[in-house]
Amino acid sequence: MKLVVLSGKGGVGKTLVSVNLTNVLSEFGKIVHLDCDVEEPNSNIFLKREIDFTENVDIQIPYADSSKCTKCGLCSENCQFGAISVFKTGTVVFESLCHGCGVCSYICPEKAIKEKSKTIGNISFGEKDNIIFGEGVLKIGEPSGVKVIRKLKNKYPDSDIIITDAPPGASCSVVETLKGADYALVITESTPFGLHDMKAVLEIALKMNIKTGIVINRYDENYKETENYLRSENIEIISKIPFIKEIAEMYSRGELISNKKEYREIFLEIAEKTGVLKCLNK
Amino acid sequence: MFKQIAIVSGKGGTGKTTVTAALTHLFKNNIPVDCDVDASNLFLLFNPKTEKQYDYYGGKKAVIDIGKCSSCGLCAEICRFDAININSGEYSVDNYSCEGCGYCAIRCPEKAIELFESRSGEYYISSYKEGRFIHGELEPGEETSGGLIAGIRKKAIELADKTDYIIIDGSPGIGCPATSSITGVSYVLIVSEPTLSGFHDLKRIMETTEQFRRKYSVAINKYDINTEITEKIEKYCSDKNIKITGKIPFDKTVMKAVQESNSIINYNSPASEAIKKLYKNITEEIK
Repeated sequence: MKLVVLSGKGGVGKTLVSVNLTNVLSEFGKIVHLDCDVEEPNSNIFLKREIDFTENVDIQIPYADSSKCTKCGLCSENCQFGAISVFKTGTVVFESLCHGCGVCSYICPEKAIKEKSKTIGNISFGEKDNIIFGEGVLKIGEPSGVKVIRKLKNKYPDSDIIITDAPPGASCSVVETLKGADYALVITESTPFGLHDMKAVLEIALKMNIKTGIVINRYDENYKETENYLRSENIEIISKIPFIKEIAEMYSRGELISNKKEYREIFLEIAEKTGVLKCLNK
Repeated sequence: MFKQIAIVSGKGGTGKTTVTAALTHLFKNNIPVDCDVDASNLFLLFNPKTEKQYDYYGGKKAVIDIGKCSSCGLCAEICRFDAININSGEYSVDNYSCEGCGYCAIRCPEKAIELFESRSGEYYISSYKEGRFIHGELEPGEETSGGLIAGIRKKAIELADKTDYIIIDGSPGIGCPATSSITGVSYVLIVSEPTLSGFHDLKRIMETTEQFRRKYSVAINKYDINTEITEKIEKYCSDKNIKITGKIPFDKTVMKAVQESNSIINYNSPASEAIKKLYKNITEEIK
């Protein structure tokens, strides 16, 4: 079973839930935990796995061989991203705009455009005590982490239980993370912000036909709107985690709250209600 | 001439939008701009009335004409974005993955693939009780294109003629949306929090801001939830010669304000006092 923890809004407790769920599940069997929040990966602050190996994530980007280029301009005409231009002095690739699609090198009649590798990030892995941990890191200055996420996910495609920490928001990197998932566990908080951003993520999960459940973190019973909305949409609330100062403090220090008995119950319940525990015990 | 101030955070949920909303009340004669397009929350605090809506076409998507397709599979083989789906022999384009490069259309031997403009979001000009307000919303699942943010910011500049400030609520993270929020601005404020993850993410957004050579400072929100990490952040910033322009205490009134869709600045509370100090420090910085 592949369960993805996601949130729409950042800072509502996505990493808190994913790492503690993994921690509790690892008492029962082997878990793969993937941190796909490649712009700001934080899972390993809590899971504390030593990294056994790291691989670069490369894309292919073009460059023009000026001795062959006739400045015909076909490359620039066919590039959808404005990433290659022909000047009097030669043909220039704007690397930060280039998607690495391969159009220009194919279209060039002189075969003057070649490709070279460019590292946009890396993925790394560490295994200890029933947890195989993997994370992707996007290099600073790179625009998109989608390829890092794809490579990270492809490393352990067939593991029984995969818990994934998704990027925040509701854009294409979230979609990439959700591909192939069996369950989307959406974290929100009891505020209009949490509600607004949760709706966008739910729309994606619905379109992708993925089963969904909700965790309301920093739950406040006086704020009814989230529950009213979920009831009207017939979406299950898996857990309500109250605001407790100790949780915030432990989180700030990078500690796993599920190592404390009273909080362990929360994640055990999530593991049961989402069906992931049953899957693990099979 | 107006100044552009961007508020960013690296990590989400550090209080970026709360601080932005408060600052737009304090800086007189400004246009607030919400560039956090896949979690656009600032408008929830302004209760704005939409004046104008614009569609945003972020790029193109490939479409396969099944009538012409001979199922040769070349498109799926050459697409570098894994955007071609095959379902019981029938080929189609996965709109979420397609980046609209057109490689498949160029290569298809049957000329069965064409590119079409695709709507990937919208942006709005609205009025609220203190002036005008601009925000954008990305269609769920669309590419995190900086293009929408660039479009919003261009609109803001057109409208900013007689104003003194454009205040930008930036995108979280360090990727394209975040950098599109800070490129070309006069000043960047990074809102951080004293958690290990907050500190980790702060370092990455600081490095990103430095790459863009923007003048910036750091505010530590909820600074008293972990004073040890707050001290570490202060030390880290002072070593790099970066000012801490604000320290905002943890304050339950903030959550109450958000729940009531109001800005913290309209409440008498420790956080609101701290943000007033932050405002003063920033005005000194951008003089």
